[in-house]
Amino acid sequence: MTDAVIKCESVYKIFGANAKKMLQEANGNVDAKTFQENGCIVGVNNASFEVSKGEMLVVMGLSGSGKSTLLRCISRLTDATGGKIYIEGQDLLSLKEKELIELRRNKMGMVFQSFALLPHKTVLENIVFPLQIKGVETEKSINKAMDMVKLVGLDGRENYFPRELSGGQQQRVGIARSLAVEPDIWFLDEPFSALDPLIRKEMQDEFLRLQEKLKKTIMFITHDFDEALKLADRIAIMKDGIIEQLDTPAKIVLNPATEYVKKFTEEVPREKVLIIEDVMDAPTTDNLSDIKVSKDVIIENVAEKILSQQKSVAVTDENNKIVGTVNPSKIIHTVFGGRKK
Amino acid sequence: MELVKKYPKLFQWLFLLVVFFALCFAIDVPETYKFIRGQAEFIKDPNQSTYTLFGKEVRYYAFDNFWRLPPLLGWLPIWINDGLFFLLNEWMPMEFWDSATQEYKTRPLILQISRNITAFMTFLIEFIREILLGGVETIVAFTSWNFVSAYPWVKLPGLPWTIVAAGAAILAYKLSGKGLAIFAGLVMIYISVFGQWKPSMQTLSFILVAAPLSFIFGLSLGVMAYKSKRVEKALYPILLVMQTMPQYAVLVPAMVLFGIGDHAAVIITMVVAIPPMILLTLIGLRGVSPEVIEAGKMSGCSNWQLMTEVLIPTARRDILIGVNQVIMVCFSMAVISAFIGAKGLGWNLLLALNQLNIGLALEAGLCISFIAILLDKMSLAWANKQTDYFGNLTFYQRYKNTIFFGGAVVVGAILALVGSFFFKEGFNYLYEVPHNKGISTADFWNKGVDWIFDTFFVYIKAFNTWLITEVLQPMRALYLRMPAVATLVLVVGAGYIIGGIRSAFTVGALTLFIALSPWWDRALVTTYMATFGVIISCTIGFVVGTLCKQNKYTTNFMLGVCDIFQTFPSFVYLIPVMMLFGVTDTSVLIAVIVYATIPATRYTIEGLRSVPDGLHDAATMSGVTKLQRLFKIELPLAFPHMMLGVNQTIVFALFMVIIGAFIGTEDLGQYILKALSDKAGGGKGLTLGICVAFIGLIFDNLIRTWVEKRKKHLGID
Repeated sequence: MTDAVIKCESVYKIFGANAKKMLQEANGNVDAKTFQENGCIVGVNNASFEVSKGEMLVVMGLSGSGKSTLLRCISRLTDATGGKIYIEGQDLLSLKEKELIELRRNKMGMVFQSFALLPHKTVLENIVFPLQIKGVETEKSINKAMDMVKLVGLDGRENYFPRELSGGQQQRVGIARSLAVEPDIWFLDEPFSALDPLIRKEMQDEFLRLQEKLKKTIMFITHDFDEALKLADRIAIMKDGIIEQLDTPAKIVLNPATEYVKKFTEEVPREKVLIIEDVMDAPTTDNLSDIKVSKDVIIENVAEKILSQQKSVAVTDENNKIVGTVNPSKIIHTVFGGRKK
Repeated sequence: MELVKKYPKLFQWLFLLVVFFALCFAIDVPETYKFIRGQAEFIKDPNQSTYTLFGKEVRYYAFDNFWRLPPLLGWLPIWINDGLFFLLNEWMPMEFWDSATQEYKTRPLILQISRNITAFMTFLIEFIREILLGGVETIVAFTSWNFVSAYPWVKLPGLPWTIVAAGAAILAYKLSGKGLAIFAGLVMIYISVFGQWKPSMQTLSFILVAAPLSFIFGLSLGVMAYKSKRVEKALYPILLVMQTMPQYAVLVPAMVLFGIGDHAAVIITMVVAIPPMILLTLIGLRGVSPEVIEAGKMSGCSNWQLMTEVLIPTARRDILIGVNQVIMVCFSMAVISAFIGAKGLGWNLLLALNQLNIGLALEAGLCISFIAILLDKMSLAWANKQTDYFGNLTFYQRYKNTIFFGGAVVVGAILALVGSFFFKEGFNYLYEVPHNKGISTADFWNKGVDWIFDTFFVYIKAFNTWLITEVLQPMRALYLRMPAVATLVLVVGAGYIIGGIRSAFTVGALTLFIALSPWWDRALVTTYMATFGVIISCTIGFVVGTLCKQNKYTTNFMLGVCDIFQTFPSFVYLIPVMMLFGVTDTSVLIAVIVYATIPATRYTIEGLRSVPDGLHDAATMSGVTKLQRLFKIELPLAFPHMMLGVNQTIVFALFMVIIGAFIGTEDLGQYILKALSDKAGGGKGLTLGICVAFIGLIFDNLIRTWVEKRKKHLGID
């Protein structure tokens, strides 16, 4: 196996009485409509992808698109109807109950949309819970949990009950709980959807800060395209159980694969998503302006600088070597061009 | 025609009523009809007809089949009886080792099983009883009679009441705090001072066995039903019937199986207390949000951990209500099972009521109620208790409750010892205040009752007479005047209009069972008494609930009152009404009304509470007055929930009507009571109980179906 931590090979999830049989008969050609006529609902339709170590894959889709179902297949909260799923090279679907529990206890953490905290336990008890289940001795687990409380910034509230906390605070507890066993793989199922916009932004920033530090392999589910753009290394866009496109945010914005994806990208402010590298031209020997910009910066941050120049601006890589040029007109086109009126 | 289209339901109802009354008037009362003594008296009357089914001869008075259906199910009770007898005495004889006679004996399997259960229960009860009251039985159980007779000093001394009181207070303090501790102490002192110690401890030992066992069985069965659809399907009909089955009715068959005494009482209590526990466990577990379950799974819970650490604690609210119910049932059974020889307060209460010694009955009743409230509060506090992980406690802090209890034991023992020198006349008041040697207020109450009777006799009598002759008798006559066929049409029609074919079929079948049993007339009397109580209870409940809901403090106050009243054992309600109205139907009805008003009030308040705030504000902004808001918005929306309250009210009313048989009524309850003293009463008691349960289920089915439809229509869940 390569460094793919999660690997899916044509995963199907079909709900219904004789789903398995119908899937076999369909021969890899699953049509949602014919299945529905036979009383089956297609949740995930032929999903294949890999997530490599330390990468954050955001699965984006509207409600009913199957994104949560996909996540539950990979965490095996539901059993996939067909296909193969490998977690660090282990065939997930062939694991026995015991092995699955071991895997969850040591490798996986999950955050839920409605927080899913245990109402009868305090903040600390909630965070300790996975450790306690695992059988870690009390003192050690409490110390660990206190670290987690500090990590998510809830110090001083560890003896509160979930009902005494705001939504944002509750989700911090959820995050802390999912991290308590130091999992390698981190599943987040619309973690910020139930929060107010301001809190949501704050939590997203906090989440990025955490990820910077922890470098987990992440699958993140959201229905918010902006959130996906902000957080993702790569985005998978789902519709009716099918992954419509799976690519980096920039590539999705620049080259939406289908009409459906295009609808999302149209309204996106490109300058906030794209980096210079995405729009630069090949290096030329023309006379360039005096300033240089790095190829990795987001356009928005250097747009003013570039636009103040008459000539093209040189683009450099990390070794300060010129790898391309950007003309101010290109920036103007990126920001204002190509949008629907 | 347009009107018909606009209000189709209304016209269906009108049509149904027209048919019903037409039938009522068309079918005359046959001349041979007598108020049926349902094949009870076993004397052959020349007017009787007979038929034989399954080898059983069933007698009945012949009359027009439209008027009353023949008792085609008359063989059922006899058959059940014979079945029980066969199971117990003949089925599957097996060899068992008899340790008393040191030889193998042949005994039927069921009899042996029931003997073993009996022995086990008796041991548990005796064990606790002897810790509280002293004795030798336990020592015998662990050693032998030889040992005990060889050493005369061998005797387990009971705990002096001071120690038990202190223990209760300390436990209450540990569980909840000062308030409950003081209450616990006061209750214990009250019991002791009023000379009710011994019966109270007997009752307590009975409950300390019955309640935990019911809880454990109920919880495990509930969990099993949650896990397996098949178990649930098997349990569901039993749960449904047991919900509305009067507690009396279970006494009889249990008596056949397990004999009489405390152990039988514990078993019956379990039979009655387990179903609500199962139901509430199931409701609680179903209500746990799927994400919480998933969170548990992702934390790596095994199935067992998921159940014990996640599901059950999260469903705690409903499970707690279950515990509450279990305790309630245990206490009300503690009294009722006195009928089959359970010792304790219930026995004294029954005795006092029998002698019409209201004062004594009141004292015993108060004792039971206090203990009930205490245990109820303690179990709640126990379930809500939190553990503190950061306590860097000193040895003293950690063990202070234990130390205090140890101290109390020493002090209590010394006091008891000192007392034995001090009180020479044989009663050591510091050890145990003997029964009837405490302070008694019985005389005071009896005089009070006499005074009330002397002073208000005329008015009470006048009221009584008026109620009976002007309201109750005519109402009863009306109910009895209904031809069986007309009643069937009415019930089935109502079922069809409310819930369609399915519902019509269900209620029709339930009614038919009662109609074909030999007790249709009695069932009508039961229904009439229950209806009367329900109508008045609901009126009071709706009004009081609505009024109380207008203010936050009265709301909480009223809910608190409901909580406390609900904890009283149902039998206790008979005491004050007998004080005022003596042994008449009025007494029963008033007890019914008081008892059944509790759910009516509670559900009204809860229903009004559940009206969303948004609607409240929207109405206010449309400029409605307070009254308009109440009648146009709040009441219609709360009405479905209030109807569930009516449902509960009916169940409560039926219970009380049946218990009222003790005072002397003419309904099914009276026959159940009679079956208790009948050697072959098991089948009869059970069949009668099923009849009562079915009356409840008919209403239950109709109301629930209506509520579900209405809620869907209103878009509230």
